[in-house]
Amino acid sequence: MPVLARARGVTMCFGALTAVDSVDLAVRGGEVVGLLGANGAGKTTLIRLVLGLLRPTRGEVLLFGAPPSMGTRRRVGYVPQTLGLYDDMTVLENWTFTAAAFGTERGPLPPGIGEVQDELVGTLPLGVQRRVAFAVAFSHRPELLVLDEPTSGVGPLSRARLWQDIRDSAEHGTGVLVTTHNMEEAEQCDRLVVLVDGRVAADGTVADVIGGRRVVEVRCDDWRSAFEVLDAEGLIVQVQGDALRVPGTVGQVEEMLARHGVGGAVSTVPANLEEAFVAVASGTARR
Amino acid sequence: MTWGLEAASVRFGPRVALDQVTLTVRPSTVGVVVGGDGSGKSTCLRALVGLVRLSGGTARRPPKRAIGYVPATAGLYVDLTVEENLAFSGRAYGMTGPELASRSTELLEQIGLADARDRLGGHLSGGMQRKLAVGTALLHRPALLVLDEPTTGIDPVSRAELWRLISGAAAEGAAVVASTTYVDEARRASTLTLLEGGRSIATGSPSQVVAAVPGRLGVVRGGAQPPGLSWRWGRTWRVWAPSGVLPVGAEPQQPDLEDAVVIAALADGHGA
Repeated sequence: MPVLARARGVTMCFGALTAVDSVDLAVRGGEVVGLLGANGAGKTTLIRLVLGLLRPTRGEVLLFGAPPSMGTRRRVGYVPQTLGLYDDMTVLENWTFTAAAFGTERGPLPPGIGEVQDELVGTLPLGVQRRVAFAVAFSHRPELLVLDEPTSGVGPLSRARLWQDIRDSAEHGTGVLVTTHNMEEAEQCDRLVVLVDGRVAADGTVADVIGGRRVVEVRCDDWRSAFEVLDAEGLIVQVQGDALRVPGTVGQVEEMLARHGVGGAVSTVPANLEEAFVAVASGTARR
Repeated sequence: MTWGLEAASVRFGPRVALDQVTLTVRPSTVGVVVGGDGSGKSTCLRALVGLVRLSGGTARRPPKRAIGYVPATAGLYVDLTVEENLAFSGRAYGMTGPELASRSTELLEQIGLADARDRLGGHLSGGMQRKLAVGTALLHRPALLVLDEPTTGIDPVSRAELWRLISGAAAEGAAVVASTTYVDEARRASTLTLLEGGRSIATGSPSQVVAAVPGRLGVVRGGAQPPGLSWRWGRTWRVWAPSGVLPVGAEPQQPDLEDAVVIAALADGHGA
């Protein structure tokens, strides 16, 4: 599949702040690329560079093989976190307006959206608004979709439906670049790019990003005592049901618990994506 | 004491915002209420802390001074410093002098804002603001801690730190309930309650909710959408057969919590 969007050594400085630092990125047709990063890691800046809304301080951005322009804008669908719809226009009016703005033929509203075509967008539930924003962004058959936190605030079933729309587009050859804080969503991407302080800190499949990392799991009858001991030792303890999960080694954790007379079964288990992400973002070495 | 709601309903005019929801919150546990926008999460938590009147059912809650509540939208004063926010909240709960000072210092360390004590609330990052809001709710050591979407829009690093605070409050004995739109956060729950359209459509521990999935789940790798009730997961399709008979080509699959939650919503929508 062709590369639709490419960044080569892209750096973006705002005064003394380097928001994006020497980033390489490629999005091909038919693939869903997830962009992960803590707040302030440079995700939104990178998206704005790819869309051509910002010009890089150094490096090069190519959309469909050329620098971003009004011509390439027509070939891109973008759903910002704020959705980019007009609240005081109906669904149909938003649809018509977008078609006119892109100079495309106004097709029929997709199923599921048609029933609410005369409703003001601002009066619809958030999950429905998001589907409308997707439908509008998809309406001019973009070759590249850029989605910023696409399912923020929606329920599990609506989220599954929105991902269905994303996957259907990808199967028709569209390339998708999506930012998310939701690890279940990240796990559905074909490839992930993790930004830390403006740089690419990890990339590849979910398994590549986890990179064989493991965490220590503690199972015990008295999770409260174990939590208090490990928390006081400065570890970020995550409680999952009746088990505790912490970074570190079995030996370290056993020693900490033993020193305070707390018993428990200590073992290592594969890290999940969130734990790996936190480790990457906070610069913890692989174990 | 166990706190919670028993068949609680809330009406706003003709609209039923909460429909006979039962929620049990025990000390030293974390209950998680999962649902999307408009599912009734905020109304449920507001009913629990006594901010909305029930039109039916009952609520059992400790006295107001033993409740800590953080609403979804705010929970701090943007034009007070971090330290002033804590002091204001402490005094509102009748804390003064050395008790307030030592508890504030302890919490500033716990929420990781000791070095930011003189910064204005409005100048903090989103993650720091949420940590401060949870901190102010914990100041008076509430018996019942209620957090409305404490981690929405917060990045995973800050989210891990927030959950450390939340679990810590439970470890110290508080009964905690938090709402979220992220299913993965429900894995941290002792008990989860899934809300849809103001009704509770699944409840129990995460493993109970998974075990209670009716029918059968299948996976179809690639190709067209399989017949029946199906949805996408990555490049694969998930298909749920309430009758237990999967369509041809679907391999049976053990559901995980995310599947269980989607199936509960599908089952509810189809009256199955």
